Amino acid sequence: MSETIVIAELSKGRISATTNELVTAAKNLGPNCTLIVPCKDTDIANDASSISGVSKIIAAKSGIFSNYDAAAWAEAIDNVSPSGIIVTSSSTQSKDLAARLAARRSIPVVQDVVEISNDGTVLTSPIYSGKALQSVKLSSDAVVSIRANVFTPADNSGSAEVQVIDTSGNIKTALKEMVQRASQRLDVSEANIVISGGRGMGTPANFSHLEEIADKLGAAVGASRAAVDTWDEIPHSMQVGQTGKTVNPNLYIAVGISGAIQHLAGMRSSKYIVAINKDADAPIFQHADYGIVATWEEALPVLSSSLSSLLG
Amino acid sequence: MSSLGIDIGDTMVNIAVLVKQVPDTNSKIQITGDRVDLSSVKMDISPYDEFAVENALQHKESGGGTVTAITVGPAGADKVLKGVKALGVDNIIRLDCDDYMDSNGLQSILAQEISSGGYDIVYCGKSAADTGSGSTGPGLAERLGWGSVSNITDITFEGGLTVTSPSEGGNAIISVTLPAVVSCDKGSTKVRKSNVKGIMMAKRAQVDVKPITAPVSSVSIVSHMMPPAKPAGKKFEGGDSAQTVAQLLRDEANII
Repeated sequence: MSETIVIAELSKGRISATTNELVTAAKNLGPNCTLIVPCKDTDIANDASSISGVSKIIAAKSGIFSNYDAAAWAEAIDNVSPSGIIVTSSSTQSKDLAARLAARRSIPVVQDVVEISNDGTVLTSPIYSGKALQSVKLSSDAVVSIRANVFTPADNSGSAEVQVIDTSGNIKTALKEMVQRASQRLDVSEANIVISGGRGMGTPANFSHLEEIADKLGAAVGASRAAVDTWDEIPHSMQVGQTGKTVNPNLYIAVGISGAIQHLAGMRSSKYIVAINKDADAPIFQHADYGIVATWEEALPVLSSSLSSLLG
Repeated sequence: MSSLGIDIGDTMVNIAVLVKQVPDTNSKIQITGDRVDLSSVKMDISPYDEFAVENALQHKESGGGTVTAITVGPAGADKVLKGVKALGVDNIIRLDCDDYMDSNGLQSILAQEISSGGYDIVYCGKSAADTGSGSTGPGLAERLGWGSVSNITDITFEGGLTVTSPSEGGNAIISVTLPAVVSCDKGSTKVRKSNVKGIMMAKRAQVDVKPITAPVSSVSIVSHMMPPAKPAGKKFEGGDSAQTVAQLLRDEANII
């Protein structure tokens, strides 16, 4: 079996909790897990030293890691990475990096893995936006990206040593400006809880009722394609579905969304699904763990006040 | 221009756009035995490729050049090429192959075609609607030694190529130097529709078919299957039941 190399997932300049899930996946694929932390400031790598199952941590130090440039990141990480199976998260940026790294080493990339067989030889990923699954076998090293919220995170009782290695890569694009999102709310692809509205919300202004609940839960607000296509006020960046974003949060709340096959493709792998719809026969209810047959006008105020008292 | 290494001062750009034929996104996927069965599924251009084609055409219109659409697939994929020809693409090429290729094989074939065609820029969709992997754009760029930007939601051509790409917490505005690969999301892009004249012209157009041999793949498909059925959930009547559901989310699901 090959060595495994995990590329730490970063969020807001720190190591994200997803990294612990990647280590679990890597341990399924082979022994001797090396963790690579791309960083400008090597202090952040120390946070990873307690992740169980990691035999060695490489803090890949370079100024190029302050902004994402695919070519430079791939080169700088490739420079310090041993050969073996490389494991990344399947966030948008990490999938891009995974593809680059694989091409750089002339090895294949397998994206969005949601299951690894016990013997570590068969990898399963969703295809057709989750309408089906595909299992593949590898006969060489590869880069494998892993969906978040699927693998049990490795615990934090380890104590691996951090080795700092200076590296670099050629930046091929120039960042002109970072435009921060006006709202503090998370993007649907970044959030652990997503509440989405469909055309059943009646008007785009009514999305404020979803935002109120989102604020209580720390959730992102999403929308169906029908809502995005109907109202200019609802941007495509909010769209969940086959031609929008694919999400798999812990909790997905669908409000006034019938559950077209297009929408289901983007959210069906969510851990828990709540559906609120006035039509008892709406297809979304077949996928909901908890269904509420009611108009949103009836259900959302009750949900909002119940959450307030539960979350104190 | 750049293929000769001489800047003759014009802005004629040699543009390639990658397109792929996939099942219509509204179609139901069926499995026969242990493989996906697409025999009764309507095929169409992958949705994000439409934005790639639109951006490629706008790039050409901004200062002159040619747009060549390239696909890899069997003869049936010609339909997708004719569709983009009708929109205004100049040349259509099909790399003739119906065999499974891993990302490594596919990208090496495309890299060869892009190198020999002397292209300055490659547009593609952010991911194809079948695999959803989004590997081809960045992987191709790496093989060519080019820069790349992915999932772009906006593009401008005045004063050099500038794109908007979502980044953690907001958007990155990035200036792109050619040669480069640009993978496209929907964003604010509105795609054009073909007209009768375009469709008639596309009908007569010749697809440049190039035979290729699929490289040996080091990924093999074991099986396809439907996602496991979810156990039936709990369904309640009336808005007041939202209180019960909130309680279940805490006590049963342990997620809030």
